[in-house]
Amino acid sequence: MDSQLRDQIPTFSAKPAAAGGGVSLSGGLSSLVSGGGRSAFETFVIVLVAVIIIGGAELLLTVFAVPQYILPRPSQIGTALITEWGFIWPHLLITLYELLVGFAIGASIGFVLAAVITQFPFAEKIVTPYILLLVTTPMLALVPLLILRFGFGSEPRIIAVALASGPMVMINSATGFRRVDLAKIALARSFGASTLQIFTKIRIPMAMPMIIVGLMVGSIFGLLTTVGAEMVGGAEGLGNRLNYYSSMIRMPQFFAVITLLAIIGISIYVFFFWVGKKWASWEA
Amino acid sequence: MNAAGSFGLPHGGAPAGTKMAVEGATKFYQTRSGAVHALDNVSLEVKEGEFLCILGPSGCGKSTLLWSMAGLHGLSGGKIWLGNDAITKPHPEIAMIFQEANLLPWRNLARNIELPFELKKLPPDRARIDALLERVGLKGFEHKFPRELSGGMQQRASIVRSLAVNPSVLLMDEPFGALDAFTRDEMNLLVQEIWMETKKTIIFITHSIVEALFLADRIVVMSARPGRIQEIVEVGMPRPRGVEIQSTPAFIERVNAIKAMIDHRKA
Ligand SMILES: Nc1ncnc2c1ncn2[C@@H]1O[C@H](COP(=O)(O)OP(=O)(O)O)[C@@H](O)[C@H]1O
Ligand SMILES: [Mg+2]
Repeated sequence: MDSQLRDQIPTFSAKPAAAGGGVSLSGGLSSLVSGGGRSAFETFVIVLVAVIIIGGAELLLTVFAVPQYILPRPSQIGTALITEWGFIWPHLLITLYELLVGFAIGASIGFVLAAVITQFPFAEKIVTPYILLLVTTPMLALVPLLILRFGFGSEPRIIAVALASGPMVMINSATGFRRVDLAKIALARSFGASTLQIFTKIRIPMAMPMIIVGLMVGSIFGLLTTVGAEMVGGAEGLGNRLNYYSSMIRMPQFFAVITLLAIIGISIYVFFFWVGKKWASWEA
Repeated sequence: MNAAGSFGLPHGGAPAGTKMAVEGATKFYQTRSGAVHALDNVSLEVKEGEFLCILGPSGCGKSTLLWSMAGLHGLSGGKIWLGNDAITKPHPEIAMIFQEANLLPWRNLARNIELPFELKKLPPDRARIDALLERVGLKGFEHKFPRELSGGMQQRASIVRSLAVNPSVLLMDEPFGALDAFTRDEMNLLVQEIWMETKKTIIFITHSIVEALFLADRIVVMSARPGRIQEIVEVGMPRPRGVEIQSTPAFIERVNAIKAMIDHRKA
């Protein structure tokens, strides 16, 4: 793989091409990373808007006497979250467990595959269409099949999550790894770097912004798939609770679960925002 | 291939007093549209402690030659020696300085300068690094990231990075080509001073006749593709040279002489 680099003298007139292809959120990442300096005033306005939306909903739903089974008031949702918490949290743990395990498996495989495959242009050309197929096919469709094979436990859902998040991580990381800067690799080699050192000290840091984007998109896709898979089959998890509460027409509890899911999603975003700030802010 | 004989040495190698030797370097690049003949039978010797400039038009094979001397890529024919070592891969005695400073943007200055030590699995030589940073005026900037520094400062940092591991040969590939004229003069003075202080062997590529004449002991003038040596010019002006010599009639005359050499070949 290095032999192909050996003859490439980089010309410095053009900057190495910015990441092309992939499910590109790279613009998103830099805005995400550079948007770090939020002033106290901005925070205040954001909170204010939330208060207005929640308060407004409360007011309108009360004034127009909208029945609870159509749309519960925010206060009813909040109360349900507290009173029903004892019944909900075991399901929350199951959802988080499935998401974490499935994502860990999918992301590791996706990352390693991206790192290896980008070293072999021919293999990459062959594999990419299949990865795209995995990215674009909703893995939820496979869940009934997986349940037939693996039963009603967590396994089919974990597999579906891995299948949904892995390709996302893979395709974005691959975009990152493809951004080879020949001059930087030559620099490392001129100081006697081994292939492994070039990988850990040049290629990975270089790809890091796109890897983080991949992890973020992959984990959000994983969350969607976890909940969807729980709705398709099985008797546990927040997805299953959605089915349960809606079939019982217990709308405050139903929306309490939705609120929890929103909180998980936002936490994932905030987490990767922080990771990006720490590990990829050099690109912003 | 046995290169013995060309220098009368039993095992081949650069002759006594010569730091590096290039023997019949020839290079073809294989491309989709056929082979590109980049270097044709280039032979030269670089003396111990010499400041050699390689001058030639863009695309004449200067980088190709330098990359071979750095052991970064192989030749289609010919040999390169550092003393008695045949250069086939990067050599610890040789450090390369690239056109743009080529610092890693995700590392601050201090960590950029430690990179060679990390790669060689050596503890960083703090005293030497500090002295070099002081020397080039970068003391106090250790925690800055490359994007926070000017082009000149970045290139100084890259010089520190290369000198920190104390190589005996510095290969510089149009290091100041991207800098403005003032910064470039400043950097040329700095390189001359460092060279006079450290007595390193420096091989410096440029396409600027003025820069070559200002810096070099000898100038190797190359012709356009396939790169061949057209002429070797002894400069022999006293040192240290100040920027003002560039406007003396003698200097301008020499610039014109070299220009004529290149124009003559074109005609
Ligand atoms: N990897 C490569 N593949 C094909 N041709 C190349 C490659 N690298 C350089 N060349 C060609 O070889 C010639 C010499 O290139 P180079 O050594 O970079 O010239 P210089 O440094 O003098 O500008 C040029 O014509 C260039 O286009
Ligand atoms: Mg060049």
